[in-house]
This record gives sequence, C-alpha cells and structure tokens, in this order.
Amino acid sequence: MAQDTAPPRAEEHEPEVAVDTARGGLTGLSRLEIIGGLYLLVGVALAWLGVGLPADAIALQFGVGEIAPSLDLNPAVSVPVLAGLIAASGLVGILDRRLPRLAVPALVAGTVLVVPLVLIATLSQSGVPQTNVITLLGESLRLATPIALGALAGLFCERAGIINIGIEGMMLAGAGIGFVFYGLVGQAAGGWPLYAAVVVAVATGAMMAALHALMTITFRVDQIVSGVAINLLAIGITSFLRRQVIIPEGLGGGVTLPTIDLPGLSSLPVLGQLFTGRPIFLSMFVIFVLVQVTLFRSAWGLRVRSVGENAHASETLGIDVVKTRYQAVIIGGMLAGLGGAWFSLETVGTFDDVMTNGKGFIALAALIFGKWRPWPAFGGAVLFGFSEAFGARLQLLGAEVAGYPIPAQFLQSLPFVVTIIVLAGAIGRAVPPANVGKPYERSR
Amino acid sequence: MSQAPRQGEQPPEGRGPADERRGAAALLETYHRLAPVTVPLYALLLALLVGAGVMLIAGANPFEAYGALFAGAFGNPERLVRTLVRSTPYVVAGIAVALAYRAGLFNIGVEGQLLIGGLTGVWVGTMSALAGTPAVLYVPLVLLAGALGGALWAGIPGVLKARTGAHEVIVTIMLNAIALRMVDWVVTSREPKILLDPDASTPRTPDIVPAGQLPDLVPGTAIPVGLLLAVAIAAGAWYLVSRSTLGFQIRTVGTNPSAARYAGMSVPRIIIVSMLISGAVAGIGGIIAVNAGDSAHLTPGLLRNVGFDGIAIALIARGNPLAVIPAALLWGSLLSGAPLMQVQADLSIDLVRVVQASVILFVAGDMIVRTLFRIRPERGAGGSPTPAATGWGAQT
Repeated sequence: MAQDTAPPRAEEHEPEVAVDTARGGLTGLSRLEIIGGLYLLVGVALAWLGVGLPADAIALQFGVGEIAPSLDLNPAVSVPVLAGLIAASGLVGILDRRLPRLAVPALVAGTVLVVPLVLIATLSQSGVPQTNVITLLGESLRLATPIALGALAGLFCERAGIINIGIEGMMLAGAGIGFVFYGLVGQAAGGWPLYAAVVVAVATGAMMAALHALMTITFRVDQIVSGVAINLLAIGITSFLRRQVIIPEGLGGGVTLPTIDLPGLSSLPVLGQLFTGRPIFLSMFVIFVLVQVTLFRSAWGLRVRSVGENAHASETLGIDVVKTRYQAVIIGGMLAGLGGAWFSLETVGTFDDVMTNGKGFIALAALIFGKWRPWPAFGGAVLFGFSEAFGARLQLLGAEVAGYPIPAQFLQSLPFVVTIIVLAGAIGRAVPPANVGKPYERSR
Repeated sequence: MSQAPRQGEQPPEGRGPADERRGAAALLETYHRLAPVTVPLYALLLALLVGAGVMLIAGANPFEAYGALFAGAFGNPERLVRTLVRSTPYVVAGIAVALAYRAGLFNIGVEGQLLIGGLTGVWVGTMSALAGTPAVLYVPLVLLAGALGGALWAGIPGVLKARTGAHEVIVTIMLNAIALRMVDWVVTSREPKILLDPDASTPRTPDIVPAGQLPDLVPGTAIPVGLLLAVAIAAGAWYLVSRSTLGFQIRTVGTNPSAARYAGMSVPRIIIVSMLISGAVAGIGGIIAVNAGDSAHLTPGLLRNVGFDGIAIALIARGNPLAVIPAALLWGSLLSGAPLMQVQADLSIDLVRVVQASVILFVAGDMIVRTLFRIRPERGAGGSPTPAATGWGAQT
C-alpha cells in the first residue's frame, strides 16, 4: 500500500471502501459471497426443519376488539416459505458479482425475516398458539425507549468527536437523582413534581455530561477512561443516595408518569394501540425527528459533524471547536438523563441499584449498529426492544421444545447474536467519525 | 532543567548562594522525576478528599469513617487476609484488560470471559468422570479448562476484529450479555438440570471436588494459592509485554498498526493472539474468584462487575501489568474495608465507589494533579492519544 510510506498516523482512519468487494483469504471469495452461502445453507436447513412443525394453525392478531384482523398461519407452510426467502436472499448474496447492487439489501431483508420466522416457529411450540402482533410491537417500541435515547446521546457526543461510554452512568444518575427529587418534593403523590423530576433527571444527565466534557475536552483525559469513571461515579452516587436517603425516608410509591392517549390517533381501529403511551415514550419519536433535523439540516449540526471529523480544519473555518464539543456532549447528556427518567419515573416508580442494567451499553451497540446515524440506530434499538418483549411473552406462553421449556435466556441472547453476525457480515465495517477519541488542542 | 550539579563542579569551600540555588534545582528535578510515583499518590489523596466532602454532606466525620475503612481492610490478620482474597480476582481481571490494551484493543469483555472461564472450570471440576484424579493433575486441569473457556470467549471478538473489522468493543459487550444469560441458564435451569446443585437453597453449581480446588497457600490460613498465581501471572504478563518478541509486536500493533504492518508483522495475527492471551488470563481469574473464600461454586451473580472493575484497574495502572497489583490492592481494600465503615460511621458502603471513580478521574486526568501540585507535564504529552482511545477508531 502506498500509504505505508506516509506518516503512520495518517492512514488510521481512511475509510476502507473496497472491503465489501475485496476477495481474499484461502477461498478467494468476497465477504458477501461467504455470508450469502451461509444464509443459503441456514435457510435450506430451516425450511427442512419447518416442514416438520405441527400443522395446527396459529393466530396472529392485529389489535384488539371485533374489527381487529387476525391472520391464521400454518407453521408447517409459512416457516418453510420464510426460510425459503432467507435462502433466496443468500443466493442473491452469492451472485454478488452478477447483481452487484442487490446483494446487501437482500441480505439485510433476509436478516429481518428471521424475526417473523422465530415468532411463528416458537408460537407453534407453545400451548397457546396465538399472539397480538400490535401489542408485541408496541411493547418492543416501549422497551426500546431508553436504548434509543441512549443511542442518541452517544450520537451527539461521537459525532462531535467525543467517545461516550458513560451513557450508562448518565442514565443511571438521571434515574436516581430525578427520583430522589421527586420523592423529596412530591412525596410520591404524582402531579407536577413528577414532571419537574423528569427535568431534574435531564439536568443531572447534563451535569454528568458536563463533567465528561470538562475532563475530556479541557483536561484532555482519555475519553474512554473518563467514561469508565462516569459510570462508576454514577453507581456510587446513586447507590449511596438510595441507602442514605431513599430507603430511610421510605421513598418510592410506585407512582409513574400517566398514560397519554394521543387525540384522534389513539382511536384508530388497528394501530390505535401504538399511539397510546407514557410521555417519555411518546416524546422519543419527536426527539428523533428533532435530532435528525438539527444534526443534518442545520448549520449548528454541520458544525458538530465537522468538528467530529476534523477539528483542526473546522478551526481554520472559524468554528469554536471547544464550545461546539461542549454543547454536543451536554445535549447528549440531557438525552441520556431523559432515558434514565424512563426507568425510575415512567416505568417502575421507584429506584433500585443499577436499575439501568446495562442498557447504556446496549445503546452504544445500537449506535454503532446504526453506523452513527439516527434512524438505523433506532432500528437497532427496536431490535433489542423486540427481543426483550418477545422473551417475556414467550415465558408467559410457555413454549416447549423436546419436552423442555425454551429457556428465556436463549431468546434474550438472540439479538446479541444477530448484532454480532450483522456487524461481522452484512453491514460491513462501521466507520466512526474520524476525529473520535482524539484530544483537541487549539493551534497557536 | 539541566541544573543538576555534577561532581566536578562543586565549589572548593563553603556553600555559596549559587550552590544553594543548584541544590534547590536538583531537589526540584527529583520532585519532577518522581512523578510516576507521586502523581498516583496525589490522585489518591484528592480522591479521598472528594470522598471526605461527600461524608461531610452526609453528616459523618471523615476521619472516623476513613479510620474505620482502614481498620476494616487491614485491622487484624483475618481482615488482611480477606482483603488479599478480595483483591486477587481484580489483579487478574486488570491484567487481562491491560494485555489487550497494550495491543490497542479495548477488551470490555473480560466480564464475560471471567464468567465463561469460571463456568468451564467448574464444569471440569465437578465432572463425575474425573472423580478420583489426584490434585496434582486435577488443579492444573481445572485451571486449563478455565483458561480455554476464557480464551474461546475472547477469541471470537479477536477473530472477528482481525478478519472482518467488527468492532471489538461492541462484540465484547454483546458477548458479555450472552455469557451472563448462558451462565444464568446453565446454573439455574431445573429442567433440564445442567450444573445446578439441587440441594442448595439458592441457585448455584455444586462445589468443585476438593482435589480440584486451589489449595491454601499456607496450610491453616485461608490464603488461597490464587494470590501467588495472580502475582505469577502479573510477572509473566510483564515479561511478555516488556521483554519478549511477541510483546514487542503487541506493543507496536497497539501504538501504530501501520508501522507494524510496514515492519512485516501480521496485524490480524497479533490481534487474535492478544485477545486469546487476554481471555485465557481472564478465564483463570474466573477460577480464582470461584475458589475465593470457603466455597468453590459458581453463582450467577458471583463475578458481577469484576471485569468492569478490571478495566478501571488497568486504566489506573496505565496498562502496566506490575502496576496492576497495587491498583487492584487499593481496589480490593476499599471494598473489603467498607462494611466496617458502614457499621461504625453509618455510611453506605457505596461511598467507596465514589472514591474509586475519583481515583480514576484524577489518575487519568494527571493534568489536574500536575497543575495543582506544580509538577511539569510529561514529555511528549498533549496531542497524542493514549492507547485506550485510539482503540475505538483504529480499524486494522
């Protein structure tokens, strides 16, 4: 490679465009061809297994009530059909050389088809072979809320060039301190203190982010180290507050933010369920649109992104790199704080130790899964939300394989496995913003 | 700063003002030179001050609380032993993180590798087919099983990173989540029963058979041989990184993959090998943690956060395997002293987490410490990112 003679650091972040079509290794096959072959094999195997499923129809209901449509499917037919489609997508992947533009979309579609396939196959093994798809979807979206908000928090920081592995800590601090405020001010009675507590949670997230910004931007501390410290600090502060304040004062009545029906939309016949929810869940959709607009359609958003790609070039254009980075990191922290409020103030109505339970890290995965773009990251978040919702549903239904219940842990692990496969395969290399992780010093 | 007096320059008689100035400059030079030792100590001091601030807000007496914390960790031989036992898994977890860190890899997955290593070790250690194996064979076998389990779990992100460029941070986060659920299933599942001890009141595996357990270092005391093992691993890791050819390659790949490639090193191979070693160390750490204390079984929550704390410890030690030992001892002693502090000063044990986080911030942010204590900045500092942060974006 010609760059090898250039100053070594220069090459580090060059986008490796040629990866997906490069042939190499022992097989002489491109990556897409290998993945296509795998999908073909898996699809054929699943189709063969699917034929053996019981032929009793399962019912997929869409919505509740009389007019709700219901889809009766015969697993012994529909599973092989879906598996056949997956195999076909693999075939398109293999024919990458002939159909160069179709391979990646086909493989992505094949990956998405795994979801209904698993749904139908597991339902056919359960005692109650019916489920409400809309409810499942709504629940997936609801559980995706903190992951999606956390991913947006990471998006702001990383697009500005600051790694943020402290999302978990910012969420946790928001959840804990927001709840303490609510408990002390509102005496756990609901009403306006609940909303004020959400504001406190957002402000807490902003303060944790400001600390991260101070450490990484002003003091140029390693960004990952600072993130690790933020996480520890949040665990320490919130657990400390729980033992010193929440438990002694007996805070925590389980009161949560109320459910809101969006007028008009929530009375729609089939999809109405999706427009009923609690405030943070509903605000998530608005926030996604706002983020998309500010980051990709405004001058400020362009500044944030340019600072994350090349701080020194931005500086020569008159952008205040330090100020822009501070702003982006703190806005990210506010979103993480809101995500934290989802746990304590919207869902549970109390605060437990480490109640964010690794969701901040999952959010980071969703962000990278979506290659640092808002909507694909949202898709990743929904995937994680779905698996959680589906795992919970399955335990209720009691699906069995070979006389043993399907372990919920397996289904919970499924999205993680899918993420690994997708990262290693169809999506290809996730290229972060070029200046991410690099401390910035004003030129003199 | 080349004011340090040389032998021949000493004035023949008396101590003139010029000489005094030179002596002061020499003292100052020594002060700066000692920075690698003094900066972490000052950082600890500052962190303790932050903790004291929190204590004052909570209405406790910091001197009393820190006294109790110290007494809880080192107050009598029994507590000292407990502190050492508590610190041992952190030493190993820290080394596992540090090894990958030197190769420019950020192994968040030590948490999962510890679990899988602990699981495979317990599996071999409770296998009925191996009953009756003498301890001389059985203990190494259990350790080997743990190392293989951990290496397997770390090898996945290593291979994926090297062959497809999949981000090791995300893959290891995913594998942590999977490991947690797999271990939870294997340990708690009743139908089918896999590794659950049916007689135990809480879900846990049966104990490793006595011949497979790590023996006590000194018979009669409760110090397990794991402590010695951890120190040996630290020494081995130091030798590997600083003195061996492979270590040189690992460090080169870590600081500058392009230069490594240009020099003819196989970057993918080094990435895979580094992850395998890191995971094997973590797996042994899992066995050591399982053997800590009186029992030798695995519970789903046993290794919770040990891997994540290992990251913090490796960062405090700046990736130096020998420096991991004092960092882990600090970590373990804070944790093992905390219960006494809770009883005597009526402060939640979680306070030590605040102190721990502050230690990391001040050690990492040595610019703060150096400004406060007027120590000159490190040569070559400013501009060049440390290995942890480059590990995020560098795609090899």
